[in-house]
Amino acid sequence: MPELTYRNALRAALTEEMARDESVVLLGEDIGVYGGTHLITQGLLDRFGAKRVIDTPIAEGGFTGAAIGMAMLGLRPVVEMMTWNFSFLASDQIIQNAAKLRYFSGGQVGVPIVIRGPNGGGVQLSAQHTHSLENLYGHFPGLKVVSPVTPYDVKGMMLTAIRDPDPVIFLEAGALYGTKGEVPEEEYTVPFGKARVAREGKDVTLISYGRQVNLLLRVAERLATEEDVQAEVIDLRSIRPFDEETIVASVKKTNRAVAVQEQWRFFGVASEVAAVIQERAFDYLDAPVERVSGAEVPAPYARNLEEAAFPSEQQVIDAAHRVLYREG
Amino acid sequence: MAVSKEARDKTGGGKATGAASPNGQQPAAEQTPDLGGERLLELYRKMLLIRVFEEATQRAFRQGKIGGYLHVYIGQEAVATGFLDAYREGDKVITAYRDHAHALLLGSDPNAVMAELYGRGTGIVKGKGGSMHLFDVERGLMGGYGIVGGHIPLGVGMAYALRYEGTEGIVQLYLGDGAIHNGAYHEAANLAGLWGKSGMNPTLFIIENNQYGMGTSVERATAMTDLGAKFDSYGIEHEKVDGMDVAAVIACARRATARVRETGRPYAVEALTYRTAPHGAADIKESYRTREEINQWRQRDPLGLVEQRLLDSGAADEGRLGALRDEVKARVDEAVRFADESPEPPLDELHTDVYADVAAQQETEPTHA
Repeated sequence: MPELTYRNALRAALTEEMARDESVVLLGEDIGVYGGTHLITQGLLDRFGAKRVIDTPIAEGGFTGAAIGMAMLGLRPVVEMMTWNFSFLASDQIIQNAAKLRYFSGGQVGVPIVIRGPNGGGVQLSAQHTHSLENLYGHFPGLKVVSPVTPYDVKGMMLTAIRDPDPVIFLEAGALYGTKGEVPEEEYTVPFGKARVAREGKDVTLISYGRQVNLLLRVAERLATEEDVQAEVIDLRSIRPFDEETIVASVKKTNRAVAVQEQWRFFGVASEVAAVIQERAFDYLDAPVERVSGAEVPAPYARNLEEAAFPSEQQVIDAAHRVLYREG
Repeated sequence: MAVSKEARDKTGGGKATGAASPNGQQPAAEQTPDLGGERLLELYRKMLLIRVFEEATQRAFRQGKIGGYLHVYIGQEAVATGFLDAYREGDKVITAYRDHAHALLLGSDPNAVMAELYGRGTGIVKGKGGSMHLFDVERGLMGGYGIVGGHIPLGVGMAYALRYEGTEGIVQLYLGDGAIHNGAYHEAANLAGLWGKSGMNPTLFIIENNQYGMGTSVERATAMTDLGAKFDSYGIEHEKVDGMDVAAVIACARRATARVRETGRPYAVEALTYRTAPHGAADIKESYRTREEINQWRQRDPLGLVEQRLLDSGAADEGRLGALRDEVKARVDEAVRFADESPEPPLDELHTDVYADVAAQQETEPTHA
């Protein structure tokens, strides 16, 4: 199977879907002439023209709202947030219009829009350019929120997102744009609301999504080789809809769970994971569910401080030890 | 043109009427189109339906039958009546929360509109939106919206989509004077001007300048009170119209819609009007304006002006107008009765219309083992 980078898997999905469906248009800052700040849209202006690859001024609320209006009349816009940090300026449009239009129009209007871009930290962009917003957008009914980590899922979920009749918040792991993975040449899609067991194990379940899944895989490898502990790693892939079944099935097998997230601890996705486990697998638990989260600070700049602000292998291993009642 | 003279007197602005175009901006003297008696009578009937309907909603609100917010169009009837007279099938209409008139004028069933305000399952959006969110997509009404300014980008995007699909439709985008200070307006107007350069933005911006954003007058909200001129920043041409005179609005609307349709470029009209009713049904004190000011505007009540014209021209006598009032009142009574007797929405409706696929919604509902 050919290997593609995360970036190229995204571009492949956009390109194929634009070729297949004329109602797909792209909007965003510097996505056309410049080629995309992260080069996701490179070459698409030449191929599809300025009517379909629309360079916008730096006005996130305006162009996101305009894209929602386009979607209301049946186009399928894919909006690039140069980074999700800028989406606060568009959040009124996303939350007040895209998420609710179908409902308050009594089902008369749908908003088949995708808003995509890099989310999360890890590249020293400091406080205003580092956020993980899956819990924020995941909070709102009417939105679908996904956060894939492998190039395979990135492509398959982007196709699903563009074809979805409802608004999709597509959170990319910006720090991983250059990473590679196998991507089949033939067309395939990856459904929303289905988590992926990224590594099987029987002793403890480690749960996350996005970039942190790679951290969990490293931890699982260390636990296996250094301690003969077999950790199961679950990649949620989709935040809303949320796949409770895969989590519950795994915890029923391992009886122990650690939920990991890059975002701040309070009111995060890991809290939701812990709540679901206690609601649905309470009697199977041999230890309280542990959470590992980002530090309760705005993201710092210095390399060492940033590393200290996000979950580390050691923090996850320590949490796994606690739920296994093992000494460090 | 007695009316135009009156409009000039009005917009000259003494203290009492200072809210009207405070810097002395005047609408262009409009050639009143040749509206025949029957046509004028039909326009009168439309405006009367809005007026009587709105008065019925105010009563129902006081009786506790309508909940939430209620924003009525009383005093502004000539604006939407005039512009929607130029509506063509395939056009799209989007507005803010003062939206009852737009639905009625586009031909939405008054029963369904009233039932929506009453929160009934027979409402135009199934009781899910209420007063601020009327939609009738089949008739081009793409919604009323509750966040000031928030709908403006949507309208601009729709205009792009209409041209992208190769249609001749345009968007009538209504906004209040209060919305023009919001960033959403400025970002969207900038996009409209930009996209219009390649003929990709047939948006007709219609500013319903009723002199107040809630209780804040135009001159207490901006140092640059010529609202139409705000469009200069975005390369969008504009004009003003006397929004109390339906004939003047119709003449303007014909020209403006034809121009936008033909060029694919946006255009803006500032309609100078006045909300004689309170901002919302709960706005009782009205400490921000004087009784004299309201009364002065009432002398140019849009319905009164048409009545006078009908009587002066002999197109109708008091008897005919009285019969029309009775007919409209009966229609509104029927809508009230329909709403009152309609059942509340079934509780199953709580969870529908969140996603296209009902299963998608159920997946996000908590489940228990």
